[in-house]
Amino acid sequence: MQPFDQPVIALREKILELHEMADRQGLDFKEELNLLEERLRRLERDIYGNMKAWNRVQLARHPERPTTLDYIREMCEDFMEMHGDRHGYDDAAIVGGVALFNGRPVTIIGHQRGKDTKENIRRNFGMPHPEGYRKALRLMQQAEKFNRPVITFIDTKGAYPGRAAEERGQSEAIARNLFEMAGLRVPVISIVIGEGGSGGALGIGVCDRLLMLENSTYSVISPEGAAALLWKDAGLAERAAESMRITAPDLVNLGIADGIIPEVVGGAHLDVSLQADKLKTVIAQELEELVRLTPEDLILQRTEKYHQIGT
Amino acid sequence: MQAFFRKPKKFVTLTSKEQRVDVPVGLMTKCPKCTLIQYTKQLEANLRVCTCGYHHPLTAAERFRQLFDAGSVELFELPEVKIDPLSFKDYPEKLRGDEARTGLREAIVCGVGKVNGYPLVACVMDARFRMGSMGAAVGTAIAEAVRYATKNGLPVTIFSASGGARMQEGMVSLMQMAKTSLFLKQHAEAGLLYISCMTHPTTGGVSASFAMLGDVNIAEPGALIGFAGRRIIEQTIREKLPEDFQTAEFLLKTGQLDEVVSRRDLKNYYTRLLRIHGEGTNHATI
Repeated sequence: MQPFDQPVIALREKILELHEMADRQGLDFKEELNLLEERLRRLERDIYGNMKAWNRVQLARHPERPTTLDYIREMCEDFMEMHGDRHGYDDAAIVGGVALFNGRPVTIIGHQRGKDTKENIRRNFGMPHPEGYRKALRLMQQAEKFNRPVITFIDTKGAYPGRAAEERGQSEAIARNLFEMAGLRVPVISIVIGEGGSGGALGIGVCDRLLMLENSTYSVISPEGAAALLWKDAGLAERAAESMRITAPDLVNLGIADGIIPEVVGGAHLDVSLQADKLKTVIAQELEELVRLTPEDLILQRTEKYHQIGT
Repeated sequence: MQAFFRKPKKFVTLTSKEQRVDVPVGLMTKCPKCTLIQYTKQLEANLRVCTCGYHHPLTAAERFRQLFDAGSVELFELPEVKIDPLSFKDYPEKLRGDEARTGLREAIVCGVGKVNGYPLVACVMDARFRMGSMGAAVGTAIAEAVRYATKNGLPVTIFSASGGARMQEGMVSLMQMAKTSLFLKQHAEAGLLYISCMTHPTTGGVSASFAMLGDVNIAEPGALIGFAGRRIIEQTIREKLPEDFQTAEFLLKTGQLDEVVSRRDLKNYYTRLLRIHGEGTNHATI
């Protein structure tokens, strides 16, 4: 399937080609280039300015979309990854550890997709088993002990629907995290950076501030799953994406997300450093506010935040 | 052309008027497990447990009647919530349809009563309404009932019977998982007892939130309990799952339940638990 922004991509390539040709042949294409670049900006405005939910789903699933570790690398100093659930497993679909964020110690946890097939197999395409959630909980409780804020990155199609996962208590692992995060005495900021897939996303996503990248999605079921369930036809995913209200603006309107972090024009994958900068600015602001609250006020506000959803 | 491919029927269907009049709907109930057909009255006298041990589903009202002392129950009003937060096509009609069919306002009934004299707050899901799926109404009703229990120092129980999140409420539905867990956390921090009883079926977002959070997690025999659906797992791992996969008995074997309790023993089981936990209050603080 062709990406919805194919015309933009094609024009960008053409401009690049012309630049190279100009350099190679020492010719002056300035006028033509200016014209083309203006056309590009117009095209970008048209295409990215009127994005449908389905277009955002495509961007959120872009194979080159930055992952948790990309953002950690760009945003933090001295990240130290910590492994294992202490009960026999280390789930590579969730990464976590300690780092300095603007000089402040924080605990960072996130779903981790792979960059290629080999890594994706190792990381199970970012779909955690119960052990991933238990590792995350261990790190959150450690953060509480040392009074460090927690930052979580949400980026998963969902918790893994497998036999072993069920046998080892996928439901319990997610439920336990919701329960313990509800009472965590340190601030928690969660950011949806790609796909937020249902309970598997929420399992590290009970928080004081929920932020979403402009083109991320967060849903109770994938658009394909919703279409299959509601209309018995997975082909209606595009329609389901619209009616399920899964985009960042939708979730702000529903009172579920607290803010949208703008993306680089054309998607976060086009400039990871710039995107990380935008992310860092917003997280820093929210963190400043949250660390001033007492644990009691923090939990009170968290309770109110979730209590009002749907009422 | 279609008629050509249609299979000939092996049996004649009796549609005569007399037939229908002779057997009023609901007089007899057939067991889906052993196919025994018996008088519904007799089945009800046996708490809707078949002679083969199959547990027929209960309505919320039946559950309250079976567990609580007669005349002790006071039901809570359902809290007001936004109906149809996504403006989802045909959803309000479906709600009204289920309301008319079941006489329920939502897939849950909450109240407080006494079990052999021990006070207990109960949230009982009713799978006849939207397959017991959890939307804002169910999540908020549980949150409020649990808050009531916390405020009054009472133990709480939730009987789950749910297919999971309510699709038509999208993310509002998912967030009810967080909401219910949050209020249960505060109940737990007050040192109070929570008994989760999972009945058929308890899956998806319900199993991955309040259902698994009991101090004591029990289930009725044969109940289907799990996070992901069997079909999705079979498609993902490309193998056939064992027959008993995701049954209450399977969960007991894999260490995820404290006990599988037959409905015949349930009231007794609750009574003993409540007695040991001193009406759900925290012994350490006394």
